[in-house]
Amino acid sequence: MIYFDNAATTAVSPAVVESMLPWFTEKFGNPSSIFYTIGAEAGKGIDEAREWIAEAIGCEKTELFFTGSGSEADNWAVKGTALKSGKKHIITSAIEHHAILHTCAFLEKQGYRVTYLPVNEKGLVSPADLEAEICEDTALVSIMLANNEIGTIQPIKELAEIAHKKGVLFHTDAVQAVGAIPVDVKELGVDMLSMSAHKFHGPKGIGALYIRKGLRPVQLIHGGGQERNMRAGTENTAYIVGMARAITDAVKNMEENSARISRLRDKLIEGVLSAVPETILNGDRENRLPGNANFSFRYIEGESLLLRLSLAGFAASSGSACASASLDPSHVLLAIGLPHEIAHGSLRISLGTENTEEEVDRFLQVLPPIVETLRQMSPLYENK
Amino acid sequence: MYSEKVMDHFQNPRNVGEIPDANAVGTVGNAKCGDIMKIYMKIDENKVITDIKFKTFGCGAAIATSSMATELVKGKTVEEALELTNKAVVEALDGLPPAKLHCSVLAEEAIHAAIEDYCQRNRIPFQGKKCEGCCSSCHNHE
Repeated sequence: MIYFDNAATTAVSPAVVESMLPWFTEKFGNPSSIFYTIGAEAGKGIDEAREWIAEAIGCEKTELFFTGSGSEADNWAVKGTALKSGKKHIITSAIEHHAILHTCAFLEKQGYRVTYLPVNEKGLVSPADLEAEICEDTALVSIMLANNEIGTIQPIKELAEIAHKKGVLFHTDAVQAVGAIPVDVKELGVDMLSMSAHKFHGPKGIGALYIRKGLRPVQLIHGGGQERNMRAGTENTAYIVGMARAITDAVKNMEENSARISRLRDKLIEGVLSAVPETILNGDRENRLPGNANFSFRYIEGESLLLRLSLAGFAASSGSACASASLDPSHVLLAIGLPHEIAHGSLRISLGTENTEEEVDRFLQVLPPIVETLRQMSPLYENK
Repeated sequence: MYSEKVMDHFQNPRNVGEIPDANAVGTVGNAKCGDIMKIYMKIDENKVITDIKFKTFGCGAAIATSSMATELVKGKTVEEALELTNKAVVEALDGLPPAKLHCSVLAEEAIHAAIEDYCQRNRIPFQGKKCEGCCSSCHNHE
């Protein structure tokens, strides 16, 4: 199988697996049990891991808090800030991950007001729109750094400046960005940032929230005093260590990887657009994640395309409604202005460090006849 | 996710295409919801469906149910074809995931829609079901 779904998850790298193993067995101690060696060792392991990760995103280690996932980090940033603040208004964008959107919907039910900023056809939020929506009652702005479906990278630095000018906190969901593009919290100027290890060859089930020094959103998980009394629960030492190893490797090889992956992505985009007529590239050509390509093929439906690709040995993803259980296609594709029927025919390819040019070439051979077969079967195509 | 039968009919759909001189044509579903089925039939003077073809825009289950439904009514009389239920299509495919059951309803309705067209053309009263043209009638709405 050729894996083109790296935005869904990535394989844990062998170096990461190796770094994790001792923490399951001989070094299994509870990091809170500091009076004997294996407990203290675990505490030290976590401390060192926190330092590596903090260094990778440009923060102090005391500003980094581990969570069980990127979704938990998003929930914490939004709910924790809303509950802490006396204010009742939140601004986000129409193309956020469900971890943000469903959290906001929950808060709406609790009496908060949420503004969902629209995006243009490339998926970009307008800074002027943000400025216009901030009011006295705004507690938080949360806008993702890079979109998981169409790969669009937002002008976060500019957006955060606007929020700060009006005294409003700014959170960014950087789950897709960390490990793929340079992310420095001070450079971006954000107050909070969510990340997830399994997007950059770390394990699933571990994420982190950067919280700028001096901020203290309400904690979501009560119990012990872990994570500086901010997130209870015995630390997952092995996963924390694995995350640190993964981010360190990602940052070390980022320049080389992102140049190579961007080149493969551009070849794939050019190849698909020239080989398959009536195809739309979704997202922004310039401000785009290195590995992301998202297409809409007119007249066909995404799930049947995924199935045929899977039979041909490719793993990819689609924003079609049929690929999920709901009636509507992806909210992101609708937000960039695609009509439903075109959104149903979408395909997301997300390349990663392990993909090769041969795989892209093979894809470019396999895809056009599959699209043509499905179009020949489609009643929407018959007048062509 | 899908049974072997579904995958077989998805990969090798039977009766795909159009019938230029069809005397019964029916279309159901809509592009907004992500599935459209169009069925062409050739019905002889004894009301036997002698030929049937389909074109479908939709997911794997939509294509497989179209294929199976056309197989099940080919060679049958119009009356027999109207007895085809979505359940029979699902059973013939060795089952469908719950979220995909609406595809089998659509296939049943597509057969009925084609026969309704035939009845109208021949001024025969139509006894079958009508597609409400609304996806919420087939999809499981929240």
